[in-house]
Amino acid sequence: MTEATSRRTFLQVTLASGAALLVGFHVPLAGAAPSKGGGAGAARFAPNGFIRIDREGAVTLIMPQVEMGQGVYTSIAMILAEELDAAWDRVRLEAAPPDQALYANPIFGIQVTGNSNSIRAFWTPLREAAASARAMLVQAAAQRWQVSPATCVTQQSEVRHPPSGRTLAYGALIAEATRMAPPKDPQLKSPQDFRLIGKPIKRLDTPEKVNGKAQFSIDVVPPGVKFATLAACPVFGGRLVKVGDQAARQVPGVRDVLSFDDFVAVVADTTWAAKQGIAALDITWDDAGNGVVDTATVSKQLRAASLRTGVTAQAVGDVDKALGTGERFDATYEVPLLAHAAMEPLSCTAHVTTDSCEIWVGSQVLGVAQEAAVKTTGLPAQKILFHNLYIGGGFGRRLDVDYVIKALRIAQRVSGPVKVTWTREEDMQHDVYRPTYVSRVAASLVDHRIVGWNYRVAGSSVIARFLPVAFKNGVDVDAVDCAVDLPYDIPNLRVEYVREEPLSVPTGFWRGVGPNNNVFVVESCIDELAARTGRDPYEFRHALLAGTPRLQAALELAAEKGDWGKSLPPRVGRGIAVQTAFKSYIATVTEVEVDEYGLVRVRRVVCAVDAGTAVNPDTIVAQIQGGMIFGLTAALYGRVTVQNGRVQQSNFNDYRIMRMNEAPQIEVHVIRNGEAPGGIGEAGTTAAAPALSNAVFAATGVRVRTLPIDPKLLAKRPTA
Amino acid sequence: MLELTINGEKRSVDASPDTPLLWALRDVLGLTGTKFGCGIAQCGACTVHVDGKAVRSCVLPIGAVGERAVTTIEAIDGTSAGRKIQKAWLDLEVIQCGYCQSGQIMSATALLAATPSPSDADIDAAMSGNICRCGTYVRIREAIKQAAKAG
Repeated sequence: MTEATSRRTFLQVTLASGAALLVGFHVPLAGAAPSKGGGAGAARFAPNGFIRIDREGAVTLIMPQVEMGQGVYTSIAMILAEELDAAWDRVRLEAAPPDQALYANPIFGIQVTGNSNSIRAFWTPLREAAASARAMLVQAAAQRWQVSPATCVTQQSEVRHPPSGRTLAYGALIAEATRMAPPKDPQLKSPQDFRLIGKPIKRLDTPEKVNGKAQFSIDVVPPGVKFATLAACPVFGGRLVKVGDQAARQVPGVRDVLSFDDFVAVVADTTWAAKQGIAALDITWDDAGNGVVDTATVSKQLRAASLRTGVTAQAVGDVDKALGTGERFDATYEVPLLAHAAMEPLSCTAHVTTDSCEIWVGSQVLGVAQEAAVKTTGLPAQKILFHNLYIGGGFGRRLDVDYVIKALRIAQRVSGPVKVTWTREEDMQHDVYRPTYVSRVAASLVDHRIVGWNYRVAGSSVIARFLPVAFKNGVDVDAVDCAVDLPYDIPNLRVEYVREEPLSVPTGFWRGVGPNNNVFVVESCIDELAARTGRDPYEFRHALLAGTPRLQAALELAAEKGDWGKSLPPRVGRGIAVQTAFKSYIATVTEVEVDEYGLVRVRRVVCAVDAGTAVNPDTIVAQIQGGMIFGLTAALYGRVTVQNGRVQQSNFNDYRIMRMNEAPQIEVHVIRNGEAPGGIGEAGTTAAAPALSNAVFAATGVRVRTLPIDPKLLAKRPTA
Repeated sequence: MLELTINGEKRSVDASPDTPLLWALRDVLGLTGTKFGCGIAQCGACTVHVDGKAVRSCVLPIGAVGERAVTTIEAIDGTSAGRKIQKAWLDLEVIQCGYCQSGQIMSATALLAATPSPSDADIDAAMSGNICRCGTYVRIREAIKQAAKAG
């Protein structure tokens, strides 16, 4: 294997050279959090940035990762409470404030929730942080009782001394515990002693989500708040020339019309009045020359780029020689631009004065948002107060802070707080889109085995824009994630990346990121090659997976539970696919029915999931179920098109989302073991398209190489 | 100034009669449990009950509500069907991000109140107007059935 063998290794290596970023992450074990001082009068025990215990014994756990539906508040709290032996029914959660160092995601080096790595990244550091705090509390109790710490145990936020029957609540120990030295190597629990981890624990955030009480950022109503919405140039990169606002100012409830170089905002008494105001504006835009961009030119540009030799991301053996032998296979795949379309439209509330700034937002990158606020307002960080609230769907969109900056620019010109809410249309037409990728695969078969494999992906680099320090030697580690390090035994292979930025279209991370494309293309091609050899797709994969036993075991389980090999009626088919995305081992069997018009109905999906140590097993099931729907939606319907530099889709009437009547039965079988935790938030999404497309092939004999699936290609007779 | 009956209380609303109920609830009355998702009755996030029926509040002008009783997510636990649905939602851990769930619960409650033992087809018909981007449909279906069994 070559250098770029894995995203994780690569990022560690790369980030180590980035002076501004923190690597070799360790939780600061003492004195890192603002403390009201130690000594007998200590008001609280705050041994690190994640735990705070007050005199009354209330345990507050600080969440370094944001809750956007993935259940991470509960999973992270479980990890901390487990090693701290905190009373679960009494823990309180608090969102971490912006702090790029203290709350840095150990894999990324900055404060970010993404790439399905919350548990992978924080598993060990949080266990150590909590175990260290527990040891300090035990030491404090042992000292008070004049006994050996080894004779003490902890449970339910108490230290107990079984030989004497004495008990002290954590709250009674905060003063002494604060003076204890944190242990060098805190003793972690043995998995068989886990009380919380591995149990299906009820989520802590859901009770207030069944009665309307949960606050998303769109819900905050500071006293005196005004409401605004905005219109940016419909052509990407365009600029405002002039705006006629007479009619808008006549709309009842409209207070002001604000012009900026790249957008116009209307401030009003209600969001509705603001929206009416925007509709009444007469705006002249300069499209900055981008009015010529359309989907066909983007596709043509990417296809042309895919003919170029790319930068090598991985090379094994002699691929050129191997491709010259045996039976040759060539295929080109293409996936479209996609919008995030989270249910909560982008929104941010801000109150900016000459010497202060308060922001209410849901962001996946709070530290980046803070830096943007400093830059936009000119105020120092300590004058800027952030409230990070529940996120009504992130999916990668809230890894960008454009909506925070726009809200701040508006707030600078409004007296008092202002809530800026994007309309659905604005949200969809000014997204950062999942890039169009064109992938070319060449392979050769000798005696029914793959001997050569050349995989080239061409597309926009999100990494180069988002985390430039990680874009090294011309390779976007995300764009080739799951194209490198294939689980299959292939003796000669090369993976290439061609960076090609489509003119003007902004691209971003989208749930499933690079693996969405690569798992689809790889698993489709493996299916194509199986068909070439006349082998069963399950058998063909199984034989190539001897070197990846966890995936092979998942494949066997999915095939068994998914009735692989059992007979089906005409136009009904099963597809199978495997993946190691986000360090979870997943096999999927999907069953579809294709009608005479080519419309695909997904009947059933069966997933076998080995995500290693399961912190909250029901969350794994939920994430796979939901991620699968997200991925099926994209594979069946998802496509953002551009014409004259403008996105053509505007709302859910023309950007179709899977609904209840189309949702299949989804069965998730979790394989339990003690391996390190794998990522799960995006894995269901990447698993969707390949098993679906392979099922469509089984049902119809038609191979789908371009997403979304086009029913016209699958129709038995042309539609009227 | 208009008068509306919301969650059993008379409320005065200072907004023009063409203002959709959604924005009157959220921006004027501070009842933010009802969510904005699309503004064109395509996603169901804004679902409330008007005289017990599920209605998309983003396209219902307050001037057209009249004397009819409006119920929002904040008061849905005042109905027997609402309590059953809320309990089933939590028992089966339906919720992910939760943003669409106010609307889902309002649609499901209206279904259960009108059809105590809904079939899969009934569930499809009542719930397909509510989009969930997190993809919680599998559990929503199970939870409605469980709530129905609770009798």
